[in-house]
Amino acid sequence: MPAPTDPAQKLAEYAHPERLVTTQWLADHLKDPELVVVESDEDVLLYETGHIPGAVKVDWHTELQHPVVRDYLDDEAFAGLMRAKGIGRDTTVVLYGDKNNWWAAYTAWVFTLFGHRDVRLLDGGRGLWTAEGRDLTTDVPAREAAEYPVVERDDRTIRAFKEDVQAHLGLGPLVDIRSPQEYTGERISIPDYPEEGVLRGGHIPTARNVPWARAVAEDGTYKTRAELEAIYTAGLGMSPSDDVVTYCRIGERSSHTWFALTYLLGYENVRNYDGSWTEWGNAVRAPIAQGEEPGEWVA
Amino acid sequence: MGGMSTSTIPLPEALAELRDAFLDTPEKERLQLLLEVSRELPPLPARYADAPERLERVQECQSPVYAIAEVSDDGLVAFHASAPEEAPTTRGFASILAQGLTGLTAQQVLDLPDELPLMFGLTRSVSLLRLNGMAGMLTRAKRQVREQLAARTV
Repeated sequence: MPAPTDPAQKLAEYAHPERLVTTQWLADHLKDPELVVVESDEDVLLYETGHIPGAVKVDWHTELQHPVVRDYLDDEAFAGLMRAKGIGRDTTVVLYGDKNNWWAAYTAWVFTLFGHRDVRLLDGGRGLWTAEGRDLTTDVPAREAAEYPVVERDDRTIRAFKEDVQAHLGLGPLVDIRSPQEYTGERISIPDYPEEGVLRGGHIPTARNVPWARAVAEDGTYKTRAELEAIYTAGLGMSPSDDVVTYCRIGERSSHTWFALTYLLGYENVRNYDGSWTEWGNAVRAPIAQGEEPGEWVA
Repeated sequence: MGGMSTSTIPLPEALAELRDAFLDTPEKERLQLLLEVSRELPPLPARYADAPERLERVQECQSPVYAIAEVSDDGLVAFHASAPEEAPTTRGFASILAQGLTGLTAQQVLDLPDELPLMFGLTRSVSLLRLNGMAGMLTRAKRQVREQLAARTV
């Protein structure tokens, strides 16, 4: 039994209102036994400074990545992670985190690779919860281990590899959600994040640039459906039936956009390219485009 | 990770004590120790708090971190840094350096091994990617010390 859907009016406008919850709804449902709150942050210590009561922590870097392959956990390890966190296959997972839910959305995307059915985001994330003065605790919940089956990861439906992107170019929209300076090639790292090095600056040919933050209102919540449609559907001339690929630097900010397109606007075929610019920008013989124009793909 | 290769490198006393405190703590509890250390980061002295442009932005850090290593007239170093409350990992790194570098001679700071960030047994629980932030702070601190020494000999 999944937790009930948050009936908030703003959410009801979205294509899949059951995928977002408001801070008030979460505060009212913290004790629901079928629900587990999960915090995913950029900062590996932020959870320890205080978190939503009952929330468990999943670190995007030390817990979701394969230890030696540039890839996500394998099927066994994912089941083990979920069991250890006390998350069952039918548990409703509500994710939240810092940086307007970048990493929470990334975790949501990874959970979805494994077909976890009920994954939601807290609209506004950790920032809004704390701004509203809501409860935080340093008590780490002692959750009982849960049953979780070993499920095969689906790398086709919402994930794109470099070869998939090559096959996609010229056929469907490609959305680069990095900063304009990264897109044009003026700089090779996100402002403030130089550590994931790349050799070249620019973008994948044909990609259009919509920085992820355009999807977010001042309080960190997603913009309304009408506003999002103006940005993506009208703004990029895309339609919900298009095959769309999103990418950024390592796939975390583009998970935030993947979530908006898929669940808020009802796009049916959005894949996130998690190799993103740290792969494409370094790949031997991969062409790039620089400057403000999307550029052309010459097969 | 690290193991014998880095844990046997001699370090000045304060840093050696911090390193040992981390290595003597079970790996699962090291994050908690880093959090405690982060809470010990001293506030910026007023002369920097009032003039943040005198500090240098540490580009390697994921959060807005500003730091400076200053060399006093008697040749001793003081390391100051500021980082936002919502970036406790970065504050922990800064606090390790504030405790470990302050009071050293300029030469002792320059002699610190560049692999210092790898010596606290945090590679698995924090990750190499994040430890780059501390490496960035240390590299910049050394450069600032070198620049101040050079300015004096002119």
